[in-house]
Amino acid sequence: MGMTITEKILARASNKNMVSPDDVVIANIDKVMVHDVSGPGVIKVFSEWEKKGINLDHIWNPDRVWISEDHFVPASDRISANNITLLTNWTKKYNIKKHFKYGLGQYGICHTLSHEEGLVLPGEIYVGGDSHTNTTGAMGSLAVGLGHTDIAYVLMYGKIWFKVPETILFKINGNKPEYIMAKDIILKIIGDIGTDGANYKAMQFAGETVDRLSMEERLTLTNMSTEAGAKNGIIEPDETTFEYLKTRTDKEFSPVKGDFDASYSDTITYDIENLDPIIAKPFSPENISAVGDLEGRSIDKAYIGSCTGAKLEDLRMVAKILKGKHVKIRTEVLPAAQSIYFKAIKEGLVSIFLEAGAVVGPPTCGACCGAHMGVLAKDEICISTTNRNFPGRMGHVESQTYLASPIVVAAAAINGKITDPRNEML
Amino acid sequence: MNILRGKVHKYNKDNIDTDVIIPGPYLKIHDHKELGKHAMEGLDPNFSQKISEGDFLLTGKNFGCGSSREHAPIALHQVGIRAILSPSFARIFYRNAVDGGYLLPIEIDSEVIEKISDKDELEINLDNNTIINSTSNEVFKIKPFPDIISKIVKAGGLLYFKI
Repeated sequence: MGMTITEKILARASNKNMVSPDDVVIANIDKVMVHDVSGPGVIKVFSEWEKKGINLDHIWNPDRVWISEDHFVPASDRISANNITLLTNWTKKYNIKKHFKYGLGQYGICHTLSHEEGLVLPGEIYVGGDSHTNTTGAMGSLAVGLGHTDIAYVLMYGKIWFKVPETILFKINGNKPEYIMAKDIILKIIGDIGTDGANYKAMQFAGETVDRLSMEERLTLTNMSTEAGAKNGIIEPDETTFEYLKTRTDKEFSPVKGDFDASYSDTITYDIENLDPIIAKPFSPENISAVGDLEGRSIDKAYIGSCTGAKLEDLRMVAKILKGKHVKIRTEVLPAAQSIYFKAIKEGLVSIFLEAGAVVGPPTCGACCGAHMGVLAKDEICISTTNRNFPGRMGHVESQTYLASPIVVAAAAINGKITDPRNEML
Repeated sequence: MNILRGKVHKYNKDNIDTDVIIPGPYLKIHDHKELGKHAMEGLDPNFSQKISEGDFLLTGKNFGCGSSREHAPIALHQVGIRAILSPSFARIFYRNAVDGGYLLPIEIDSEVIEKISDKDELEINLDNNTIINSTSNEVFKIKPFPDIISKIVKAGGLLYFKI
């Protein structure tokens, strides 16, 4: 019997001919990422380990590690400013060259940099100190989020244990209507299987719709595999993947695809031709409705940001809706990386946002995780292109967040209420 | 450490996520004591005062879903929680709890939740995979740890486990 792409990557990385779900393997890691929240956490683990006599003069391979300043930039207070200094000194100490610093050229949300900078390649195993590390699986890599201790371990030894996950195959077929984005598809899936529907499992996305999706749209699918509890989200690499990487890296790689006779724990098929635009109501990404069913519900703020909802194509779709119109509620647009921000300026998107009355801010995870840069007040209601809406996620524990595609969020921004985007795109 | 005894605190809610276990604004904090003060703040603002060293949590399914923040098991460990009983755990929370050596994620049948009350005294036995409810004198089975988890737990965390 054959193996899935996830199984084949794990087999290759652990020097085995064959692995099966539930096997435990020790896999060699290709790439590691830490950011300004997980970094200080890893540094804390290092200092605890040093107290116990572990020698930490060097890490396994500084060239395979990169650092992203994204959660608390611009520094929200003295503690977060100190964390950045701590991280900067630590990367110097361990000779880590790829440190994407706020205010110093390219920087942005770690998951966005992983693809925008071509840092992770098809067939590789990539671990990051953040749950949405899953995003990068759209490149045909095995991308898994880990905590501080596990990341510290990988930094020391270059390997870690994994249980081989079962794979659920999502086959998505049908012509995608222009008002539907990958966000609608993944919200629909999470609504159907629940926030633990893929717990410990791999979510693999395939089918004719996925084949035709752009790289950025594919990344939205894998990004929110995290919200279904998945260990990883993955898409087999193809010409779209290779084209995307061509302008971003000249490094060689050896892509992996699943075997024709691979075994999946479940195969779930969707035809999206008649899919309605989807929205997730407070307080869970699984709490979905058709946007039309909530038409007219009042909203206080529209937020366009994050690794899942502020890529260049997301901003283009927002601009399409906002062009020549004025927003009726506070609207914030934060491109996911500096490079995307710059492209949005050059394409005239930023002018459209500003003319519509929105504010455009620097890339940061800030408001998405309720940390800073626009958190919500008690009872405030936000519609957002981000990926989570648990209680208190974007601010006060009694604030509310609706999750939706950039098109749906933009349509709400100009009406001040939830609006079926089909009414705006006619 | 194969037998743990303690008082259980029951929060019978599914999908208790990391945003309520330790809210986003505290992610910049890496002082474990300070994190402990804010444990479960999004669900029960008085949580940290209710817990004593060695206590357990009993919760609904998919405990710890959401982010990879290791702050979550750290904050719970810091206030004194040594084991969490739940029908299931989100994978990163589970991994962090075990690999960091903070606390034990114990998987139980969902019917067991109804048979344990808030503040019951429990004895968790990892040798025979049972829980004795000392308050009601009932015995329940727990799901044994997979081999790798059992070894890491015995070692006291991933650092001490030679792979």
